[in-house]
Amino acid sequence: PNATKAAPKVTPLSKILIANRGEIACRVIRSAKRLGIQTVAVYSDADRNAMHVDMADSAIRLGPASSVESYLRQDKVLEAAFRTGAQAIHPGYGFLSENVEFAELCSKEGIIFIGPPASAIRDMGIKSTSKHIMSAAGVPVIHGYHGVDQTDERLRHEAEKIGFPLMIKAVRGGGGKGMRIALTPSEFETQLESAKREAQKSFGDQVMLLERYVERPRHVEVQVFGDKYDNYVYLFERDCSVQRRHQKIIEEAPGPGISSETRKQLGEAAVRAARAVGYVGAGTVEFIMDPQQNFFFMEMNTRLQVEHPVSEMITNTDLVEWQLRVASGEPLPLDQSQIHLNGHAFEARIYAEEPKNNFLPGAGPLLHLTTPKPSSDVRVETGVAQGDVVSVFYDPMIAKLVVWSSDRASALRKLRSCLSEYNIVGLNTNVDFLMQLSSHPKFIEGDVHTDFISQHHGDLFPNKPVTDSLVSQAVLASILNEVNVSSSQQGSTRDPYNPFASHPMARFNLNYQKNVKLTCQDNTYEVRVTSCGNGLYKLKVGQSEEIDVTAKLSESDNVISIELSANGEISKSRVVFLNGNVHLFTKDGSVAFSMEKPSFLTKLGHGSVQQGGAVAPMPGIIEKILVKDGEEVKVGQPLLVMIAMKMEYVIRAPESGVIEKVNYKVGDFVAKNAALVRFVSTDKK
Amino acid sequence: MKRLVPVSSRNYYANDNVVSIGTDQDRNSDTFQDNYNRMAVLVSQLKANIQRVQEGGGAKATQRHKSRGKLLARERVEALIDPSSPFLEFSQLAGKDLYGSDEVPAGGVITGIGRIMGNECVIVANDATVKGGSYYPITVKKHLRAQEIAEQNCLPCVYLVDSGGANLPHQAEIFPDREHFGRIFYNQANMSAKGISQIAVVLGSCTAGGAYVPAMADESIIVRKQGTIFLAGPPLVKAATGEEISAEELGGADLHCSKSGVTDHYAVDDLHALHLARRAVGNLNLVKKPDISVAPPEEPLYPADDIYGIVGDNVKKNYDIREVIARIVDASRFDEFKAKYGETLVTGFARIHGYPVGIIANNGVLFAESSMKGAHFVELCCQRHIPLIFLQNITGFMVGREAEAGGIAKHGAKLVTAVACAQVPKLTVLVGGSYGAGNYGMCGRAYSPRFLYMWPNSRISVMGGEQAAGVLAQISQEQRKREGKQWTAEEEKALKDPILKKYDVEGSPYYSSARLWDDGVIDPADTRKVLALSLSAALNAPIPSTKFGIFRM
Repeated sequence: PNATKAAPKVTPLSKILIANRGEIACRVIRSAKRLGIQTVAVYSDADRNAMHVDMADSAIRLGPASSVESYLRQDKVLEAAFRTGAQAIHPGYGFLSENVEFAELCSKEGIIFIGPPASAIRDMGIKSTSKHIMSAAGVPVIHGYHGVDQTDERLRHEAEKIGFPLMIKAVRGGGGKGMRIALTPSEFETQLESAKREAQKSFGDQVMLLERYVERPRHVEVQVFGDKYDNYVYLFERDCSVQRRHQKIIEEAPGPGISSETRKQLGEAAVRAARAVGYVGAGTVEFIMDPQQNFFFMEMNTRLQVEHPVSEMITNTDLVEWQLRVASGEPLPLDQSQIHLNGHAFEARIYAEEPKNNFLPGAGPLLHLTTPKPSSDVRVETGVAQGDVVSVFYDPMIAKLVVWSSDRASALRKLRSCLSEYNIVGLNTNVDFLMQLSSHPKFIEGDVHTDFISQHHGDLFPNKPVTDSLVSQAVLASILNEVNVSSSQQGSTRDPYNPFASHPMARFNLNYQKNVKLTCQDNTYEVRVTSCGNGLYKLKVGQSEEIDVTAKLSESDNVISIELSANGEISKSRVVFLNGNVHLFTKDGSVAFSMEKPSFLTKLGHGSVQQGGAVAPMPGIIEKILVKDGEEVKVGQPLLVMIAMKMEYVIRAPESGVIEKVNYKVGDFVAKNAALVRFVSTDKK
Repeated sequence: MKRLVPVSSRNYYANDNVVSIGTDQDRNSDTFQDNYNRMAVLVSQLKANIQRVQEGGGAKATQRHKSRGKLLARERVEALIDPSSPFLEFSQLAGKDLYGSDEVPAGGVITGIGRIMGNECVIVANDATVKGGSYYPITVKKHLRAQEIAEQNCLPCVYLVDSGGANLPHQAEIFPDREHFGRIFYNQANMSAKGISQIAVVLGSCTAGGAYVPAMADESIIVRKQGTIFLAGPPLVKAATGEEISAEELGGADLHCSKSGVTDHYAVDDLHALHLARRAVGNLNLVKKPDISVAPPEEPLYPADDIYGIVGDNVKKNYDIREVIARIVDASRFDEFKAKYGETLVTGFARIHGYPVGIIANNGVLFAESSMKGAHFVELCCQRHIPLIFLQNITGFMVGREAEAGGIAKHGAKLVTAVACAQVPKLTVLVGGSYGAGNYGMCGRAYSPRFLYMWPNSRISVMGGEQAAGVLAQISQEQRKREGKQWTAEEEKALKDPILKKYDVEGSPYYSSARLWDDGVIDPADTRKVLALSLSAALNAPIPSTKFGIFRM
């Protein structure tokens, strides 16, 4: 690439500060380390023991957990850079990454902001401005009319200018109210009338805007890169169409079904867009694409995006390395002719959330965590390890699973298989959903669009019955686990081969028999297990016929597997034992069984089990306390208010009684099911 | 099941790994098959019998018991011992056909050894579905035998009490004598004195004498609204003082845990009580220190059920006892001692599940040489603190002029002396006949083996039925002769038949086990496992040195 123009100064970087947390901070640190660059992490109180702090050469505390008081504090971040002598700041994504003021502050203070010039951020940050710039640069944009002249004639005129299909939308609208689609010019008047009527009724206002309507839209974005010498390249497109709550969940590169012609057009349009704002560094130009592969500019993200690894995988590049090189003043390492598209890559985002509950974000401890084995084709980008907590303070993303293969079908197979090896216990995740999604025939076909999840909702949330085989696996896994515990208790060192430890369930002249009760998804299963010796068992699940099974529990690389053989059929699952519960991870998803606990545990009122409703419904922060220790309360009386996931929850008294003690104070973080008060019921049972 | 290390893989220099005994059996031969099937029938009869015993006091009593929210005795044992722990149960056939139409399955009490929090413990659990858990004479005997096992082997005792106390119609056979009811508490006191922990869990009534089980325990646990302890129940109290009081008020958990202090731990239900008992055992601070060398266990080279085909059901048939030893000991490795001397008694060293043992096994009638060899071998094992295993299949000591003149009586006495005095753990298995003084020399019940088991084919009596009938017939014949009377063949048959029948019935292992002359009838294929667990239990007690009596030379 051209490095002759004006020749800005090259400042080799020797120490950088990463103004971020989680996987992206770790990702940046890893590349920096490989390049011999020292790294400085910053952290909030919640992240004192986080992985990125561990990985960095040094770390500076920013403040309390809340990001407003920590990762968003520009002054503290800069101060940390001064304190440690960092020459540059990598903002990652989110937080300060697209903050014009911060980029300007950096340049004022003589610290390199690893990102585009502040002006580019500003230009792209304002939608109308960016659209004008793009349009002028010859990048296709969606035309629309947002004018004050609301006469029918003017609207009709503008509509014809924009073209059909066309969307008529109330300016004050929302949730689809006051919105109509006119597929042809002949429909325009009726649809406009109807939209106005509805808007008037709903918002008392009928100001309309017009926009080109894109049917079955796909979200296609292009990774671009620019340096300080006016060189620009594109690293092909990514398809990020499948989204939930308007957030990406699975991304791939290249976009499925996109012709090489369209690919070139996309790439070149994106480079034009970057050039138009004098872009430097890594950026993403997002387009909306219709089924005919017409595409229109939506916005440009002036940062390294979450899903950048899929582009890296198909171009064999390290974009963080590129960012560091470009920031130090070096020219781009490759020119367009040197960048080749090779194979296919997927990224699945693993989130703490409840897909079945409208993808409600979650938080909690990662009590158990196993990941697929990383390799050159499999990347696990994460900032957490087993034992860490996914905090309510930040994005609930646990990890990104990135896989590469020579073609889309095999890459997708690899993704599915890796997902089945991503085993998490402790909080709800979307792993099973991702497995379901990546196995959907339409997804396999590459028929993706932004409404994919709602369109295929039924298929994506199947009602999978828990099979007897799974129940049997859970029961035998739990029994064999007990056997392992018992055989590990050999007793004293003087008696290392105690036969009481190595003859599990030995009985004489009769067979060991055990009735096991376990529940899964609100169903209770009763299983009678008879041990016939030599690893042979008879199993009777509920009213089913008794079957002969053999089972084996094995462990390798800290992964425990149960293998069950019945009627000549061998089934296998990974298994995690936690607090007396058995979690099975199969190739089709996970199932959690809870084993029956003796009732004396509840009768004795250990912990919070007697609390009824006075427990935290989800992890969150105590916002308000409405009662005092010793106060008498009536059933249903509000006791506390907590904030979780930006929602307010009122915790009420489960019964009439006396509050012995409020267990938390305002501002405290509480885990799910935490007993919020100590409560003595006065209700007569 | 944990896979054991294959033979010869480790711990041996190549040339030290050669001494193995036993031969591959032709499992298809007629003799093997015939033997196999006959023994298999005996084993399946045994298991069918135990199956009925397992059902306790029957469906109705079981249902009544469970309807009160109580666990069955066997369920209690399962909840008490470690999950997946073996349970070495004793005398399952106790009480069988002992009281006419009164059935007392398992003698009304379940006893055995299981692991609790990693510790081997003796468990005594009343079965309240059997006559309300009341004590028949056999119940007392079984309870005392379990305590004896605990005391000899230093095993903590956990009593799961749910009993109406003495069975009153039988009071004469359970109350007054030395080995009667009172001995239970005597044992508790004396074991406690020796540091053998006594833990009682009161899951039902503990009336009168029964009240002393928790009261004499080191720690006791009681279930609320279920367990009661009192010297006299409400009816007796009313009769004596006129006071009207409910059982719960008189001796329930609340009273005993908070007022009287008779019990220490308060449980809300059976499972809770058993959980507390486990915690109590966990707090005993026990460390098992076997007084012997151990080696990694190795499975025998031959399948255990070969024994069926080798032994069969006819105790008169001959076979080489080494074939049985080969199917019991580690890697079928047996270092025989004095192999060429006194060949009717096989002696030698081996390991069972890694524990060293000296094995003494009959391979024919005992002669003077075999007796002296046996005595010598017992001395060796006592000197070296090696447990002894006796495999009994003995018709007796040799008789006749030559034998008597050769001093069989004094040579036999040497063996009996050695066996009687030996302080190492002695374990006896009756694998065939056990007759006369042979029973003494081979560590019969009277010689206090730590454990004694019988195979279902075995026979036990002072002599064989035919011999006894023959002797009696001869005496009668001689008497007739003196009286100058005739002795017809019919008369002889009429005399012999009932004797034969009596010996047949009384020599049966079922007859023996019902009376607790042994600790249980076992499947021959389980012998290795039973011996391993028994040895393990025995090794909880230190092995004392032996001082022998006078050996008549």
